[in-house]
Amino acid sequence: MKGVSRMGWKKIATGAGLAAALLVGVLAVSRGMGGERPAMAEGRWASRAVWACDRRKLVIVEGVRPDERIPEPRARLVADLLMDLMRYCEEEITARVGIDQAITVTVRGRVFENYVPGSELPLQLAHAGKPHSARERAIWKAELDTLVAEGDRLFHSDEIGTNGLACAMCHPHASNTHPETYPKFQTQLKKVALLRDMVNWCIMNPLEGEALPGDDPRMKALEAYMLWQRAGVALSPGKH
Amino acid sequence: MYRNDMTRKEIERAFAERSKADEDLIRSLARCDRRHFLRVSMRFAGMAAAAGLVPAHSFQLVRVARASEVGGGEGGFRFAYVSDTHLYARGESHRFVRAAVKAVEDMNALDPQPDFVLFGGDLAQLGRPDELELGRQILSDLRAPVRMMVGEHDWYLDLGDKWREMFGPDHYSFDHKGVHFVVLNSVIEEDFWTEKGYTPEERMAIVAGLDDPRQNPFTVGEAQRRWLAADLEKVDRKTPIIVFSHSPLYKLYRPWNFWTDDAEEVQAILRPFETVTVIHGHTHQLLTNKIGNIHFHGMLSTAWPWPYAPEGLPEYTVQMDRADPFNQFDGCGDGQVMVHGSGRVDKHYNLWDRNPRVVTAQELAADAIPGPRAYAGPSY
Repeated sequence: MKGVSRMGWKKIATGAGLAAALLVGVLAVSRGMGGERPAMAEGRWASRAVWACDRRKLVIVEGVRPDERIPEPRARLVADLLMDLMRYCEEEITARVGIDQAITVTVRGRVFENYVPGSELPLQLAHAGKPHSARERAIWKAELDTLVAEGDRLFHSDEIGTNGLACAMCHPHASNTHPETYPKFQTQLKKVALLRDMVNWCIMNPLEGEALPGDDPRMKALEAYMLWQRAGVALSPGKH
Repeated sequence: MYRNDMTRKEIERAFAERSKADEDLIRSLARCDRRHFLRVSMRFAGMAAAAGLVPAHSFQLVRVARASEVGGGEGGFRFAYVSDTHLYARGESHRFVRAAVKAVEDMNALDPQPDFVLFGGDLAQLGRPDELELGRQILSDLRAPVRMMVGEHDWYLDLGDKWREMFGPDHYSFDHKGVHFVVLNSVIEEDFWTEKGYTPEERMAIVAGLDDPRQNPFTVGEAQRRWLAADLEKVDRKTPIIVFSHSPLYKLYRPWNFWTDDAEEVQAILRPFETVTVIHGHTHQLLTNKIGNIHFHGMLSTAWPWPYAPEGLPEYTVQMDRADPFNQFDGCGDGQVMVHGSGRVDKHYNLWDRNPRVVTAQELAADAIPGPRAYAGPSY
């Protein structure tokens, strides 16, 4: 890619393939044609917006009116800059080219001034900047489903109590457990409680069983099931 | 006057400073008859509403029914109910056994005694013979005669063999003081077990799980509907009908089987009659509905209360409060049904450790009950 970006301007203009597709926007701008996004406000701070074809990279060229042809040295800089930023494929990046040719890059709310094309942006890219693959997502979902299913089983089972009762007898589909309201001051316990504190109260009292440690896999599974059943409900800790 | 936010001291002071008119009103309560009571309570409600103190529906003067006013004067009578005991055969100290015994004590303390006690189904938790036997033993202490109804927890271990052996037919009818009573088995599910090879215990456990999606919806079924139609053929259309069904004979919430799948067909059989009331168990909560000529009332469980379903609540239902889990008996209870000479009923909910609630035939007939749209009930 870098090689391509350093090719001569005319060569690019007549070239084919990805590089050409990328730079269609730049060419259009350079020749004063349409097709680009609306420009910034006109006047003293007139500027032109140039988008890369992925619609994630935007270069704002200051000192050029929206209908004005970008002079060739700057157009070349804009083209090189766009090609350079394409290395961060998934990122949405805005770069501003000042009248003095200084480049300011904004990505994920972070601003990098005096950016030199070709240098590295000090970004911590999750998953090496790649989107999650379908296989990864399938594995993660299976792992989560396993935990929720175990919670579902325990929630409907008499094995965490001693008297035959199960959580779901009073709480079908985990109704009336409202996990989204914890932590809160539990008036009956006379202290601030987490969801697991109420779960343990239920295990010890109606179910007449023994409290589970907070890191017990069964407690984790029960919490996972209850939270899963309440997916989409707004968190409102402290609510009574 | 009195306000909701008054301290005890302020209430006492207000009472000490009550006017002559208040005094007369309060004194008159002691000697009031039914008509006067209604007038007085409406006046109180009106005063409270006018003062903007409380929403009208929450101002309900609860009057404990006196024996002298039911069964007398208007050709009415009274029966009582216990429902959904869900007994485990795990000794006398099991919490559900204690609750069932408490309900029997309630029944036996009624003076005079009700004409009969309806048991509303789900005597056992898992349909086991020892659970049913324990239930029969507890109910045998009742002073009044008992009418039995079957629930799904009694049925799905052996498809009702033991229950019928102990208590007789699962559906029947009888006449009492001018009212034709019908008892249905409304928990018939289409076979979901044979193909999957479930054992009787597995089948029972699946049906016992309220939110278990492996089961089918409850029905009365074609055979019983035919029987019902034939049974009612000889009954005059003006004769009041009271139907006992375990599940509500309407469609409230399918995922919890707060539902009878052939409810419309059963309602159609009941529609020609002028006065029909359905008393049902299963839902473990105060529940009120009206569809055409049919009034529907739920029964409380002695074992535990269920949260209201997230959707489908009839607009006639004013929810009972959310129960405090730290009090075993909160949200549970039993109750009575006052049958007027007209055949319409007032439904009394004897909520243990709470004020009782009464849903009267008069307010239900007059659409005077503010539904959930007017009353923001507890959220689940």
